Amino acid sequence: MSFRALLWALGLLVAALFAASLLIGPAGLSPSDSLAALIAGRGEAAALVMREIRLPRAILGALVGASLGLSGAALQGYLRNPLAEPGLIGVSSSAALGAVIALQTGLAGAFALALPLMALAGALIAVLILLGLAGPRGGALTLILAGIALSALAGALTSLVLNLSPNPYAAAEIVFWMMGSLTDRSFTHVWLALPLTLIGWALILPLVRGLDALTLGEDAAAALGVRLARLRVTLVVGVAACVGAGVAVAGAIGFVGLIVPHLLRPLVGARPGRLLPASALGGAALLLAADIAVRLIVPERDLKLGVLTAIVGAPLFLHLIYKTRAAQ
Amino acid sequence: MSVFGRTSRRMRALAAALAFGLCAAQPATAAPQRVVSVNLCTDQLAMLLADEGQLVSVSFLSGDPRLSAMPARARDYPANRGQAEEVFLMRPDLVLAGTYTAQASVAMLRRLGIEVVEFAPARALSDVPAYLERMGRLLGREEKAGRLIAEFEAGLAALRRAPEDGPRAALYSANGYTTGQGTLSDDILSAAGLRNIAAEVGRAGGGPLPLELLVTAAPDLVITGARYPGASRAEALLDHPALAALMADLPLRPETGGDWVCGTPHVLKAIAALSALGDALEAP
Repeated sequence: MSFRALLWALGLLVAALFAASLLIGPAGLSPSDSLAALIAGRGEAAALVMREIRLPRAILGALVGASLGLSGAALQGYLRNPLAEPGLIGVSSSAALGAVIALQTGLAGAFALALPLMALAGALIAVLILLGLAGPRGGALTLILAGIALSALAGALTSLVLNLSPNPYAAAEIVFWMMGSLTDRSFTHVWLALPLTLIGWALILPLVRGLDALTLGEDAAAALGVRLARLRVTLVVGVAACVGAGVAVAGAIGFVGLIVPHLLRPLVGARPGRLLPASALGGAALLLAADIAVRLIVPERDLKLGVLTAIVGAPLFLHLIYKTRAAQ
Repeated sequence: MSVFGRTSRRMRALAAALAFGLCAAQPATAAPQRVVSVNLCTDQLAMLLADEGQLVSVSFLSGDPRLSAMPARARDYPANRGQAEEVFLMRPDLVLAGTYTAQASVAMLRRLGIEVVEFAPARALSDVPAYLERMGRLLGREEKAGRLIAEFEAGLAALRRAPEDGPRAALYSANGYTTGQGTLSDDILSAAGLRNIAAEVGRAGGGPLPLELLVTAAPDLVITGARYPGASRAEALLDHPALAALMADLPLRPETGGDWVCGTPHVLKAIAALSALGDALEAP
């Protein structure tokens, strides 16, 4: 399959899952009623359901999924390490800590964009620590160990902040921040996440040529005219922006950035640059599918998205560790 | 033989001590003198019924006006958090708990030899007189309980309306939690002449109601829970634009409060307030 055909196929898959996400829900509207309500605003209650409940949920699923897929592919390309993934190396949980601090200190109440910005700050600190520890070559072991420590610390601090909250419901939401969910998210959240998400994508997507050149090694890439320091800064800020924005509204959803690049890598001829747009589309498709699944499996229980992505992703992660070990 | 004789003498002393102990304990079991309540609802029943000085401490939740119908009264008592150690140090001769009180704490208190009585959460208005009667008996205050029961039944009879064609109301609190048939809140709604939409969407008992279903049911009245400080996703749901759009057309926005939570005579206040709202809605 040519690269262009692959992108078309993934695009169609995302569109189909987006439509399915709009049509599935407890209100049990028929597809024709749903579309009439969505497009023409027919039927007061149905229009509310379609435009204010299901549409923002589907949009967020696509946005956050694309961010996670894209960030995973970019981090793996830069570090030349297939285990790098925002959830696993603690970037998402640090972003969640930033978001929780913004919410519980009242910062987000005073200034709405403080929520994604604080999440960005959390993610930024995590990426900087990781790259500082693992170095530009991203030794697999250092990266994963540092990631485990960061995840544990950020998770514990998130729990601490939520336990100290005067709100009795806050402590019960630890699982949301660690597992992620799109239940009952609204356009308020879309508008909160959208600006930083787009900035993040705009920073990462142009890195195609640089990441391709890096496969030849740093010296060769530099000889080809790639400015490595600049590539690194752009990547760090881009990943922090789009992961931070996603986590701020949907919690930390793990493994999307691991599964998607792994599945798509053979289809793009193992070129990290081409993997970027493909993984963005693949991530959107995976998260939309997971969000449809949580609504179909146990609609009453608000199953968290991270539960499904981990059930698929963790065995794959173990498989990758096994392969990495065998290669050494 | 001498060993045997000494043992039997010791046994006799022990038996005597035991008998004395039992006799001494007899008046205490008749009416407990130091009662500690560790549950929001037993707190209020005890505050309504206990004699002067009989109730030693109530739970910290009873001071919270969002949950308790008697926050001011509760602040007259030292508050406890229901942990076995602090309760034990109050030297209670009776501990009042809910059936959902932390089981580890209740079991520990029983191990330490303290009598613990558990009350299940009220599920209907008919539980109110039964609970008053039981609490009255436990505290040796049957007479006061009888008086409160008579007052409650007269008050309820005066307020009660037929819910057949009253306004359609939805209970919707944090996490989209709603309560349907078989709950105290549902009974309060019907006594006030309101119809609970939980029945229309096939919900009995308590549980989350998807926002989609609430919006499509389009009730005449949405009764939400009181808000807490700090932020939570659970309560952020109450700010959802779809709910705001639904509420924009509704003139009244009542909140549940302490009067709703427990099976005490205070539920009459909740019923009276709701009836007034129902009248305001029906008025052209």
